[in-house]
Amino acid sequence: MLSRNQKDLVLNGLIWLSAIFTVFFLLWIVFYIVSNGIAYVDWAFITDNYSRTGDEVGIWPMIVSTIYMVALSLAIAAPIGVMTAIYLTEYAKAGSALVKVIRFCTESLAGIPSIIYGLFGLTFFVGVLGLGFSILAGALTLAILILPVIIRTSEEAIIAVPLAYREASYGLGASRLYTIVRLILPAAMPGIATALVLSIGRIIGESAPVFLTAGMVASIPGSIFDSGRTLTVHLYMLTTELYTQHDWNMAFATATVLIVLVLMINLITKLISSRFNKASY
Amino acid sequence: MSSTSAIPSSEVVSKKAMQRCKRRDFVEQAFHLLFMLSAFIGVLSVITIGFFLVTESIDAVEYAGMSNIVFGLEWLPPALFGIAPMIVGSLVSTAVAVVIGVPIGILTAVFLAEIAPKALVNVLRPAIELLAGIPSVVYGFFGLVVIVPLIEQVFNVPSGSTILAGSIVLAIMILPTVIVVSETSLRAVPKTYKEGALALGASKIYTIFNVLLPAARSGVLTGVILGIARAVGETMAIIMVMGNAPAMPGSILEPARSLTANIALEMSYATGIHSSALYATGVVLLLFVMMLNGLLMYINRERVK
Repeated sequence: MLSRNQKDLVLNGLIWLSAIFTVFFLLWIVFYIVSNGIAYVDWAFITDNYSRTGDEVGIWPMIVSTIYMVALSLAIAAPIGVMTAIYLTEYAKAGSALVKVIRFCTESLAGIPSIIYGLFGLTFFVGVLGLGFSILAGALTLAILILPVIIRTSEEAIIAVPLAYREASYGLGASRLYTIVRLILPAAMPGIATALVLSIGRIIGESAPVFLTAGMVASIPGSIFDSGRTLTVHLYMLTTELYTQHDWNMAFATATVLIVLVLMINLITKLISSRFNKASY
Repeated sequence: MSSTSAIPSSEVVSKKAMQRCKRRDFVEQAFHLLFMLSAFIGVLSVITIGFFLVTESIDAVEYAGMSNIVFGLEWLPPALFGIAPMIVGSLVSTAVAVVIGVPIGILTAVFLAEIAPKALVNVLRPAIELLAGIPSVVYGFFGLVVIVPLIEQVFNVPSGSTILAGSIVLAIMILPTVIVVSETSLRAVPKTYKEGALALGASKIYTIFNVLLPAARSGVLTGVILGIARAVGETMAIIMVMGNAPAMPGSILEPARSLTANIALEMSYATGIHSSALYATGVVLLLFVMMLNGLLMYINRERVK
């Protein structure tokens, strides 16, 4: 039998080992991919078109599709999400049956695996609504997917606005709408911005629901009714046909771009939230 | 007072003011309605998704029968739609991922909450958030180029695309969820618990494992269940490393297909009964996730009160 001291020592060692393991895996993933890919990320790679024959292997069409997807999904989900958060915090009676139903549904949405969204989007937006494989069908699908994140984070930001703001505003005779638009929303803006940046990360990272709804055509979409291939879907497609060293290099380069994007988004979230914490209340 | 002379003009003013008030009331009401309608979009989405999942999967259930789908061993569309191998693939890969990832995750959370100096925590926490933000395709790619060849070498199997490869990738992917939720709940344990234990002469490690972790168990369990939900729902990373053969796996060193992979791989070209069977796969997947959510609600029932 181990003495209590020895047991402590073993457990302490396990704790350290686990932490080292976590950090080791993170560093391994990031360094392995970036070190193999960074050499091939140059101006031509970013700005070239892509053709299946291999004349051009750039990722510009994928970048454009990703930007379309992010912008459109946010344009759909952000107003709905923020307005839902306003309704839940400023209008609805806390604890009423209605609020419970809305909250239950929002939480259910957050729990649904993303592939189910793809399944639904493919049938409903692509099929029933007749949008075909298009950026719009993809963005509508992703909009539902990110709705819970936007609602929850915006709600927290709005609740964090001190009650005194509302009391003072109502005390001066301002209406509810005026108070929301001129006082509460500006004060909650950093939190809402965080919600939006988090959603951008989510949109960029999703792949399964995207290729089932937006398709995987690797050219610049002419409009939101065209199919488009996002960066993550592109990386997946590249990994299905890794034959030459060049194929590998391009896959590593694409993965590197994705990791750099995620790093940037994390940095922006940090910047916003550090300003949020420094805010006057 | 001068009120007598002001009567006519104040009537005019009040009329105008009334109109302005009415208009403002109208705008207020309109926005109230708008906000309420927005709030119902989430509700509507859940209902629509549920409706489509059920109605679209009915055909396959009528054609093949519920038990033939859930317990059927052969997946040969458009004739046989047994998804038992996929159910096993999903559950086994998740279970092995939990066995690998959860202890590491919880112990890392302990490290962050109780052992690491503050400067180290300030470096590690953003790193773990980064781990959470990496797209699943990138994890899959890493698994494909590193884990899969490694398994081929270590276990001397013809193809490294196995359940084990999927589980290792999933284990890394659930780490951030387990760590962040567990750390938060560990930090929420009242300081007096720790002080009491230390004052009674318990060692730091003894306090952690016998006082702090038991006190934080509902939060730690929540993190674990959220991690499991993420693993069960993961699609792309699994497709890239697990081989996707739709046959019953004999061991974790054989390829397998998960429920999610079944949908993602075949949905884009499936029609008729085949497509309906993929919806049935989705319903089974959703049932697993709903069971996990029910478990979560049960665990956190006290906290809600």
